[in-house]
Amino acid sequence: MDAFVSTYVWPTAIIIGQSLLLLVALLLFIAYFLLADRKIWAAVQLRRGPNVVGPWGLFQSFADLLKFVFKEPVIPAGANKTIFLLAPLVSVTLALTAWAVIPLNAGWVIANINVGILFVFAISSLEVYGIIMGGWASNSKYPFLGALRSAAQMVSYEVSIGFVIVTVLLCVGSLNLTDIVNAQVDGPGTMLGLPASFLDWHWLSLFPMFIIFFISALAETNRPPFDLPEAESELVAGYMVEYGSTPYMMLMLGEYAAICLMCALTTILFLGGWLPPVDIWLLNWVPGIIWFVLKASFVFFMFAMVKAFVPRYRYDQLMRLGWKVFLPLSLAMVVIVAFVLKLMGWA
Amino acid sequence: MPSKTKKAPIMGLQVLFFYLFAFIAVASAFMVIAAKNPVYSVLFLILTFFNAAGLFLLTGAEFLAMILLVVYVGAVAVLFLFVVMMLDIDFAELRAGVLEYAPIGALIGLILAAELIIVVGGSAFSPEIAKGIAMPIPPISERTNTAALGDVLYTHYIYFFQIAGLVLLVAMIGAIVLTLRHRQNIKRQDIPRQVARTPETAVEVVTVKPGQGI
Repeated sequence: MDAFVSTYVWPTAIIIGQSLLLLVALLLFIAYFLLADRKIWAAVQLRRGPNVVGPWGLFQSFADLLKFVFKEPVIPAGANKTIFLLAPLVSVTLALTAWAVIPLNAGWVIANINVGILFVFAISSLEVYGIIMGGWASNSKYPFLGALRSAAQMVSYEVSIGFVIVTVLLCVGSLNLTDIVNAQVDGPGTMLGLPASFLDWHWLSLFPMFIIFFISALAETNRPPFDLPEAESELVAGYMVEYGSTPYMMLMLGEYAAICLMCALTTILFLGGWLPPVDIWLLNWVPGIIWFVLKASFVFFMFAMVKAFVPRYRYDQLMRLGWKVFLPLSLAMVVIVAFVLKLMGWA
Repeated sequence: MPSKTKKAPIMGLQVLFFYLFAFIAVASAFMVIAAKNPVYSVLFLILTFFNAAGLFLLTGAEFLAMILLVVYVGAVAVLFLFVVMMLDIDFAELRAGVLEYAPIGALIGLILAAELIIVVGGSAFSPEIAKGIAMPIPPISERTNTAALGDVLYTHYIYFFQIAGLVLLVAMIGAIVLTLRHRQNIKRQDIPRQVARTPETAVEVVTVKPGQGI
């Protein structure tokens, strides 16, 4: 009995506890990222944004949550009921699953697997299913058009994201996310004799890839200016038209969880994860998790600013950018990075 | 495969998960051909892929499991779903020919089963057969299987790998050549030309005299 408890019950309880903790923290962050998104957008347009619920509107997201949950769920008569309800679940579950392998600090990771980056990449490529299933099951024109657009868009931009990740992997030599962060301790800065600093992170040594990854992440998560699947001026709300109450909230939650995931991934791949910006005792004393959250929030701020001031792309422009600009550029960069690493003997 | 250092209870868990994944994989594979709605078929196919990835994970082939998800579920099945959703399919008509084609399907199934039995049975009877043709497999504790696969593909068999890539490239170019049609008389956007436009080339200032027009 003791052996049973120590081999099965105890580890399972620990993993469940850790996952719940991460989940609660993540949902809280998503609530405030959502609020920040609306506030930043409002500030750019010289509006106040949500400011009624709580001080400065800080509890707006929770009021929204209650509103969604207490509304009556409506399922359209012509909809495919099973898949209609399955789609939001798939969307949320997948977006939250990927967080299991994200290291938030040195050693703070639920599953430290060898192929962490591939796992995140696989999960983020599956997120299209929530959208495509929801769009099809609604049995309505706008959602279906939104779903088809989304399928083509996400598959296109995954290709360039994949190549960008390959360039990072070439530099690191491992698919483990913790190794990727640790590899950014030294880089161009330390080669010049400077102490370890933000100059060593991959954003500088792989500069064009950082930009490509950021833009592809916008497209992969259907953020403006690439929000064609839910373009309100042409498709009303795209694949979410027929959704209301809790299922709608779950689609929204899935979308924002995916956005936060992309922010975290950008932080890990290019901004040094939990590493302090300069290696001095005062900044080292700040816990790594704080740096991680600050960097991810900075990336999210960029996401929100892009939403506020970049006009939406036309669909053919979006496809052109993905296939004719990013794909050749990132493919060339893979070859160049591999050559440089081999020639200089850094690999 | 579980290594010798692992304790027995963990192995029990592995067996449990093996049967779980295997059962769901086979059941959903059956549903792929049994489901009435083709969209359900594709969704069951995705479930099958997922469980196959789980089986790969159990054998320690984590890289293959993830690649299976990325390539088959993330890209191929999305395109399947895309096409199936856009087709307007008459389900009754689709089911009509099932019995007619059943013998051919059964024949192909038999051939596949026989081949599998030969391969698996061959290595069961004499384990050294596999060693003669394949690269030695390094133990998981020494080398991650991503690196091991990289050794095989990019170091020992680089030419074969490149030729396989070339064949795929030719196939891709062939498909594009067959379907590409340059239609005349339609408006196209020429991005470099648009970017290269300046006020001098785009705007012409005309002095118009009152009452005369241009």
